[in-house]
Amino acid sequence: MKNINWSLVSTHVILIIGVIFMSLPVWVAFATSTHSAENIIRNGLQFWPGTDFLKTYNEVLFVEGGVMKAVLGTTMLKNSLILGLGFAIGKVIISMLAAYAIVYFRFRLANFLFWIIFMTLLLPLEVRIIPSFEVVASLGLLDTHTGLIVPLIASATGTFFFRQFFRSVPDELLEAAKLDGATPWGFFIDILVPLSKTMIAAILIIMFVVGWNQYLWPLIMTTKEENYTLVIGIKQIYQVLAEGGELPQYQKAFALTILATLPPVLVVLIFQNWFVKGLVESEK
Amino acid sequence: MAKVELKNVRKTYGNGAEAVKGVDMTIKHGEFIVYVGPSGCGKSTLLRMIAGLESVTEGDVLIDDTLINGVTPAERDVAMVFQNYALYPHMTVRGNMSYGLKNRGMNKKDIAGKVDEAAKMLRIFDFLDRQPHELSGGQRQRVAMGRAIVREPKVFLFDEPLSNLDAKLRVQMRIEIKRLQRRMDVTSIYVTHDQTEAMTLADRLAVINDGQIEQMGAPIELYNNPSTLFVASFIGSPQINLLPVHFDGHYLNTGNVQLNGFSNLPESTDLVLGIRPDDLRIDNNGALSLRVDLVEQHGADNLIYGEALGCGSSVENEPMEICLKAGQELIPDLETELSLAFDTNKAMIFERESGKRLV
Repeated sequence: MKNINWSLVSTHVILIIGVIFMSLPVWVAFATSTHSAENIIRNGLQFWPGTDFLKTYNEVLFVEGGVMKAVLGTTMLKNSLILGLGFAIGKVIISMLAAYAIVYFRFRLANFLFWIIFMTLLLPLEVRIIPSFEVVASLGLLDTHTGLIVPLIASATGTFFFRQFFRSVPDELLEAAKLDGATPWGFFIDILVPLSKTMIAAILIIMFVVGWNQYLWPLIMTTKEENYTLVIGIKQIYQVLAEGGELPQYQKAFALTILATLPPVLVVLIFQNWFVKGLVESEK
Repeated sequence: MAKVELKNVRKTYGNGAEAVKGVDMTIKHGEFIVYVGPSGCGKSTLLRMIAGLESVTEGDVLIDDTLINGVTPAERDVAMVFQNYALYPHMTVRGNMSYGLKNRGMNKKDIAGKVDEAAKMLRIFDFLDRQPHELSGGQRQRVAMGRAIVREPKVFLFDEPLSNLDAKLRVQMRIEIKRLQRRMDVTSIYVTHDQTEAMTLADRLAVINDGQIEQMGAPIELYNNPSTLFVASFIGSPQINLLPVHFDGHYLNTGNVQLNGFSNLPESTDLVLGIRPDDLRIDNNGALSLRVDLVEQHGADNLIYGEALGCGSSVENEPMEICLKAGQELIPDLETELSLAFDTNKAMIFERESGKRLV
């Protein structure tokens, strides 16, 4: 240890400061969530973990909460998972099929249609939220998973990414497949989908997180508490704080927040490995 | 048995560009036909029309007397080897070779048998479970050929299959392709821009220029008896020496050099004299002289390049380059002048304007 590599040390110091800066709020939220409500009211945010970890998390997950005291944390977790996964998987399937049609089939107005799809990127959900609600309501799909997912399932971003990717696939592969007697569906399933593995993983990650974090749509779509997602649940707890006369349950809000961040983090971690592996292997 | 016929085949693209301008050709069963020509001459388009990857604008394509213009590529019973191999990157070698058979609904046991057999023939049996990215260029090329072979097609189509390989491997694969084709006795069409490949592989060679067949015949026939200036300059390595000349009734004149031994040539038109580098010989009484500026030693023989003194160039004030093929003993010093002679009956004379061969 005679020669200390100062540039390495300083790089690491900077990185460590960055890590602390980014993760400290999460840590404070976690530590606070393990204290009792009284302690938080009296002493504010807590930096060191308290003793109520099991109690708080048990209550949040397995004891009915919410305004009507009618929803379990696990139910909300399940709802969020269904929304996140349905949203991500649905988007991948729909946008892959759309991109496949646009790239590989010659039909009139294909390009025009693509740009129409692309332009919808400019219109956020909020712009069409009232008509969308109206449509879903008159179809009788309020308070259903279908009603929650289907209106959000079309994805201009996904279609665009898959279109770009399909266009980079060499034409010879299509020609070879044609000579090998592959049907259009066969080419899609046997060749295009496996080739898109890394793309699919990337879009699944992004879309799962986006779906998980959906707030406005589930908020107006769900009226019964058993259909709440976690994100809505957190908001409801704060609502109780504002309106109810009880002692504010800050520790529960924090616990729910921590729980709400876990699945997206897990998805990113799991898929990231696959994603990186795919990237390394594909090019040689 | 598979006979391929092209009848006045044309290809015009949507923007009006004509890629193939009327090609007629009959290919007998088991023949190895090579299409050779510069890039953009339409040779690949022609091949792709036979494969069914490109629509035929006009004319008929027939395999075994059946019109196949509107038949899908898979039903034409042809197999193609692509320049960049076009292997499915996510499948193993076995997967790549089986895919076409699987799509035809063949049962698994038969597929495995056929793949094993083809893999042994191509010496890729040990790689069957690898993926394409784990293979070298030559091995990938073999897999691409294996994929074609297992289908037992009526016609093999090769689209510049060796151009991504290094020189040594290219020669080796060239020989293997030829052997394989002989052994399997399958009609084959091979596209290349490499005239050595074309000469060595072909039973018959079609030189294609600007969407049309310039000349078609046995390679040696095209080499010895090119019917146009284009064929003469395209076939043969090193390239044929071409001197701009005109005929004055007695002599061929180029610059201030007079060549005798020619008669019955038109006097009013510009002509081109073509002499193969191997037909030139050193002769102290020779009419041509060469000032050496480069000697390439190829082993068995040397190529001597230099300026043809006194010969008029087609480009003003630019020396006329010629090349002589000599044995390995002859290594002249640079700047030496060599006198060269040639047999008039081996010289070729072309009309400059039309490129037509006169003598």
